[in-house]
Amino acid sequence: MDVYLPIANLSVNGFVIVGLGALTGILSGMFGVGGGFLTTPLMIFYGIPPTVAAASAASQVTGASVSGVFFQSRRGGVDYHIGTVMVVGGIIGTGIGALLFRLLERIGQIDTVISILYVLLLGSIGGLMAKESIQAIRAERSGKKIAAKKRRHHPMVASLPMRWRFYRSGLYISPLAPLLLGCAVGILTMLMGIGGGFILVPAMLYILGMSANVVVGTSLWQILFTTIATTMMHALTTQAVDIVLASMLLFGSVTGAQVGSQFAQKSSPVKLRLVLAVIVLLVALRMAFGLTYIPDDIYTVAPL
Amino acid sequence: MNRLLVSLLALCALVFLGGARDPILVPEVSQHQINLQQGFNGTDLLLFGAVLTPEGSRAAQDYDIVVVLKGPTQSVVLREKQKVAGIWVNAASTELRSAPSYYAVASTRPIADIVDEKTAAIYELGLQWLQLSPIGAIDPEEQARFSAGLVARNVDAGLYREDEGGVSVSEQVLYQARIRLPSQVPIGRYTAETFAISEGRVVASASSEVEVRKLGIERAIADFSQNWGFAYGLLAVFVSVGMGWLAGRLFALV
Repeated sequence: MDVYLPIANLSVNGFVIVGLGALTGILSGMFGVGGGFLTTPLMIFYGIPPTVAAASAASQVTGASVSGVFFQSRRGGVDYHIGTVMVVGGIIGTGIGALLFRLLERIGQIDTVISILYVLLLGSIGGLMAKESIQAIRAERSGKKIAAKKRRHHPMVASLPMRWRFYRSGLYISPLAPLLLGCAVGILTMLMGIGGGFILVPAMLYILGMSANVVVGTSLWQILFTTIATTMMHALTTQAVDIVLASMLLFGSVTGAQVGSQFAQKSSPVKLRLVLAVIVLLVALRMAFGLTYIPDDIYTVAPL
Repeated sequence: MNRLLVSLLALCALVFLGGARDPILVPEVSQHQINLQQGFNGTDLLLFGAVLTPEGSRAAQDYDIVVVLKGPTQSVVLREKQKVAGIWVNAASTELRSAPSYYAVASTRPIADIVDEKTAAIYELGLQWLQLSPIGAIDPEEQARFSAGLVARNVDAGLYREDEGGVSVSEQVLYQARIRLPSQVPIGRYTAETFAISEGRVVASASSEVEVRKLGIERAIADFSQNWGFAYGLLAVFVSVGMGWLAGRLFALV
């Protein structure tokens, strides 16, 4: 089934795109991540221009997180107070991201920067996740329990001025910390077309020290609004949101997400985390390979 | 007797001169409008026509035919990756004022056998003779490297193509060439030029236009995204939130 993409200016096989959406949807249902980190690189490998891929992946992540937010807010898993601070940071971040995007595009280094960001972020987080889940699996086998880390926010967070109480998260910290975190993720969303869940969740746990039962819901809340802001920002600046492409991705991913969540209920969470870690590391490796091995496209063309 | 001889000579001269006059070229293109819309997956454009002697009869000799289909030119930055500290980054660049967004050439024989380099350069016959107008003074060697890079990149993308032997001539009158336009053809006004060449000289040329454009819903979407970015963004958000919500509701019923 050939589908012509009016913004990307090329025709693609619709089944491939829907399949790609379904694949990331299954992942997002299984692991609670948006899956943007997988959609964007896969679309680029398929031949879709990087900017269009990143811009359209953001709206796919929006769709994937909607039902998660509804579910989490019903069970009281969203701290709206800290969540709203983070969303404000996220919107500021998308603005900064848009400026960075334009600057890097002008000097011709946007693709390299995106690839390096992917390698660094996915490599380090995938590595951490793999290490943790291997430890957990070993502990499970030997029957020992690893002592849960004491929940405590990072000393740097404590040194920030001004303090607010965030009751649901059980925190009394400076609002600047969640604001900056939201901002950083907003920049990454704009540049890389990712939702940032796999960065947000560990950062909220280990840097902010939020209580675990609101982490997933609040991160979904932040992702929902930051990706909405990103879609708007792309529509206004790069004009690279391809609604036909996004719709096909969404169709695949929202269906896949439901399938994935059925899967997740049947399998062990520790093993799931290890699988996710391996996938994340594979994407990082593929990106590193693209940076160091002689590329197919030594020459690239951009309009003046 | 003398008068007869003179008129006979005059007739001979007329026939002789007439034979040397330029042939008539009647070109046609299979489609003057190419519509990019759903189902478009690239298309073949047929450039065909007839070559006739000035009298309108079949040509006594073989002409070589070269057809060129050229998209609108654009100013571009061409960047070159080099390995810096172990990774490939864009390290050098040049600006080109007139890079064709699409260029295809087809000929009856290899172009080097038909015309000399000077003629090929004047008429831009062949990928190596594209006039790209680099901005700023760069040395000829570097310029050649960048031009070759642009050509290689666009040949890979299917936007530049050269088909030596792609023109077939039947009965010394009718010629035809099939030119592939891939799905990612840029929009704009294209020119299709046909050259009849004899003994290394372009003896006749004619050109016609082909318009490549988006049509229907695809055009509406492209226009909408360009002119009403904010509303377009809202629509994209609405679609994604709506689909996510709907899927959640539907699967809750299952």
